[in-house]
Amino acid sequence: MTTQEVGRPRKRKEDARLLTGRTQWTDNLSRPGTLHVMFLRSPMAHARITRIDVSGARGLPGVVAAFSGQDFAAEQGSLPCAWPRSGDTVVPDHPPMAVSEVRYVGEAVACVVATDRYRAADALEAIEVDYEQLPAVLDMNEALGGSAAKVHETGNRAFTFKETSGDLEAAFRDAPVVIDRTFVQQRLIPSAMEPRAVLCDTDGDSFTMWTSTQIPHILRTMLALVTGVAEHKLRVVAPDVGGGFGSKLQVTAEEVLCLLLARRVGRPVKWTESRTEGNLTVHHGRDQIQHLRLAADADGRIRGLQVELLADMGAYLVLLTPAVPLLGAQMFNAIYKMDAYEFACTGVFTTKMPTDAYRGAGRPEATFGIERMMDELAAELRLDPLEVRRRNWIKHEEFPYTTISGLTYDSGNYEAATDRAMALFGYDKLRAEQNDRRDRGDPVQLGLGVSTYTEMCGLGPSRWFGDNNAGAGGWEHGSVRVLPTGKVEVVTGSSPHGQGHVTAWSQIVADALGVPFEDVTVLHGDTAVSPKGLDTYGSRSLTIGGIAVLKACDKVRDKARKLASHVLECSPEDLEFEAGAFKVRGTESQTTIQELALAAFAAHNLPDGVEARLDSDVTFDPENFSFPHGTHLCAVEVDTETGMVRIRSYVAVDDVGKVVNPLIVDGQLHGGIAQGIAQALFEEAVYDADGNLLTATMADYLLPSAADLPDFALDRTESPATSNPLGVKGVGEAGTIASTPAVVNAIVDALRPRGVNDVQMPCTPERVWRALEGVRR
Amino acid sequence: MPRITVTVDGIQYEEDVEPRLLLVHLLRERLGKTGTPVGCDTSNCGACTVMLDGKSVKSCSVLAVQADGCDVVTIEGLGANGSLHPMQRAFHEEHALQCGYCTPGMVMAAIDLLREDPDPSEETIRQGLEGNLCRCTGYCNIVRAVRRGAQEMGQAVSTP
Ligand code: FES
Ligand code: FES
Repeated sequence: MTTQEVGRPRKRKEDARLLTGRTQWTDNLSRPGTLHVMFLRSPMAHARITRIDVSGARGLPGVVAAFSGQDFAAEQGSLPCAWPRSGDTVVPDHPPMAVSEVRYVGEAVACVVATDRYRAADALEAIEVDYEQLPAVLDMNEALGGSAAKVHETGNRAFTFKETSGDLEAAFRDAPVVIDRTFVQQRLIPSAMEPRAVLCDTDGDSFTMWTSTQIPHILRTMLALVTGVAEHKLRVVAPDVGGGFGSKLQVTAEEVLCLLLARRVGRPVKWTESRTEGNLTVHHGRDQIQHLRLAADADGRIRGLQVELLADMGAYLVLLTPAVPLLGAQMFNAIYKMDAYEFACTGVFTTKMPTDAYRGAGRPEATFGIERMMDELAAELRLDPLEVRRRNWIKHEEFPYTTISGLTYDSGNYEAATDRAMALFGYDKLRAEQNDRRDRGDPVQLGLGVSTYTEMCGLGPSRWFGDNNAGAGGWEHGSVRVLPTGKVEVVTGSSPHGQGHVTAWSQIVADALGVPFEDVTVLHGDTAVSPKGLDTYGSRSLTIGGIAVLKACDKVRDKARKLASHVLECSPEDLEFEAGAFKVRGTESQTTIQELALAAFAAHNLPDGVEARLDSDVTFDPENFSFPHGTHLCAVEVDTETGMVRIRSYVAVDDVGKVVNPLIVDGQLHGGIAQGIAQALFEEAVYDADGNLLTATMADYLLPSAADLPDFALDRTESPATSNPLGVKGVGEAGTIASTPAVVNAIVDALRPRGVNDVQMPCTPERVWRALEGVRR
Repeated sequence: MPRITVTVDGIQYEEDVEPRLLLVHLLRERLGKTGTPVGCDTSNCGACTVMLDGKSVKSCSVLAVQADGCDVVTIEGLGANGSLHPMQRAFHEEHALQCGYCTPGMVMAAIDLLREDPDPSEETIRQGLEGNLCRCTGYCNIVRAVRRGAQEMGQAVSTP
């Protein structure tokens, strides 16, 4: 009898290699004769290149070649933007190496290919570039004004987008309460621990690229389109990938250039970024100014919500840049019912690194906006923040529910998650302590922060992508092969970077085929091994990739059933499948799936029309997104004399539907919560007035360490998704989406009696102290 | 070019090295010890942590010449006879790694931490790992793993 694997806290199969250093990070790999590439990068935010001379680098020891952007002008193509979601989106030409103008600090202008990285670094210094400085464009509001310099010929407006549902005017007319606030989503640097690296080998007319990417399949097609290298002559491999969080969901300049360089020099080339290079040139996240207006009745019921966003695109549109803020379009209304809703967004070009998807992509921004507004509404009406939410959210018996912005939420139970979170948190006791501290005038005030969130994840139905002007769809591929010896090999199109696909997929397959967990192996991340796929982002791995694998198992079982009925000489309907064996009902006669695999391999005795081998191949396209939700509660202690914030406790009750592996789910939540807290308290990409990135190193960009964070208390409720057979919902982004507003709401809650109603992120001691000073005056 | 002698994971090497060569590059690129990764260029992340004469160091901030005559242990040399070190095992048991990029450095830093305090409190562990960054785990399970590692290394663990 096999035990049920789905739901079991299985330790990961992936760990053994990672724990012992037998890893294949791209930078660990090499091919015979590998040369090293380094890029010379612009020190200016905006400038014309008036002269560039790489000849000084060419003769130096160990240097094989040196090129400027001009040398590649004819063949380097333009880096792609695959999702110009709004019809009026301007997509500027984006050469991988700048040819005549640079538009952000860190943009590559030349490169050197040398026998080792130290020689390459030396040679960069021999390249001469003359720049004619142009004005930097850094502030979004100024960029849209008439007197700003133009980032591109076409101007600084990348797109405009507006959608309205319901009668907004009526909702605001005579509304007893109107809340009007502006929030800033600061720019973030994703900071995966593994710096990017690319190794590209060639045998003359075909190419293999190993790269630290989340998207080997998409990358391969895009590289072919951008460079003209034929797709069938190009293999992309994502070996071990050390974190992504969206930052490796990209077609990078360096990948394009390594491919072209391998072609030029006819030898394998490798590039590994330094962390400083990474901070400058891995796409950044967030960076929005949100203007929100909310109209409500006197009892706190929301009438209407109006959202106006400015979204910083940076200097170019990379893979998904313009779509990211628009992914929030349907999420600002969140879990709440309302009569009218309007979303408007303007994308703005500035002379900074482009922004793109970063953990949650558009949804953390939206959740932050609405959850801050709910707290402001509660404060205005002197209601408990949870009570205001209760009065507005969709009740559990109302699912499926179509929201004002047009999404249909299949399942959820906000009451259950919230009740459990409050109990675990000790909500009432903490409120009492808060009041006590207020009464005593304690310099250290307590604040309680609430965030009740949902997200649209599992991106997503191909039809929805089509309706929203995306270049690709959202299906995923899975195939299952029962090998002649009965072991199972699974191929998934979803390419992981720490999420534990091998373990989770093994659990799914073990249950579906009735084979031991240990007998399953999972292959991924190599376009030659896993030819079809749309990769990993948007919490889609399990909800789409995992389901594709499950469906491939179903198909294998169907084939096995046909075989079994042939072998056992009975009709397929008389067979029951249990614990990996087909049994003829009411008899002793049976055969296992392993035996059938051997029979299908031998192929001596197959029924007519049945092909040899016991395997199958499936692509799965979901009919809907999935909608995890939950309630996160945070208690902070704020020292009103120093502005120091300490997280005292953090509770998260999440409903991610059915759970395949609780260990992995908790791990994903832990990491996500930490990243969201980091946005609230620590992290910000800062440019100076000339457009230099002041936070280009880990010494300047404050990533939280273990000493900066508390332990998180987690619990779960379970409302299975109805849109997939496992009932799973996705978890990769939930923690990040929920935690940022919980923390900021807590800080504001602590300071509200002193007259503070907002603190801009990151809420550093200085910012908190200044917010208090602002009202003390 | 200076010639150095260095023992890495029990094997003695003699290498001619440029004075500017970093220990981490000697390990990774000359000796093929790629188990130790590089995560930053400012000695902030701790990914490259190894043991140098029994103490944890960030190998990106040590020159190869400084390791002359020293004994280096990397993640590849940690377990004995193919079995895992108790700290490696604890990381596995507690699901204290996701992408695993920070893991070799974390394990090294954790072992060194126990050398100083064999029975660390949660607070001590968090402070002790301050120089090692992880972007995936939020540190909850890493802290648990270090406590379990301490336990399994034969130490009593006090309640926090
Ligand atoms: S690589 Fe050595 S501390 Fe970051
Ligand atoms: S496990 Fe990915 S950085 Fe720590």
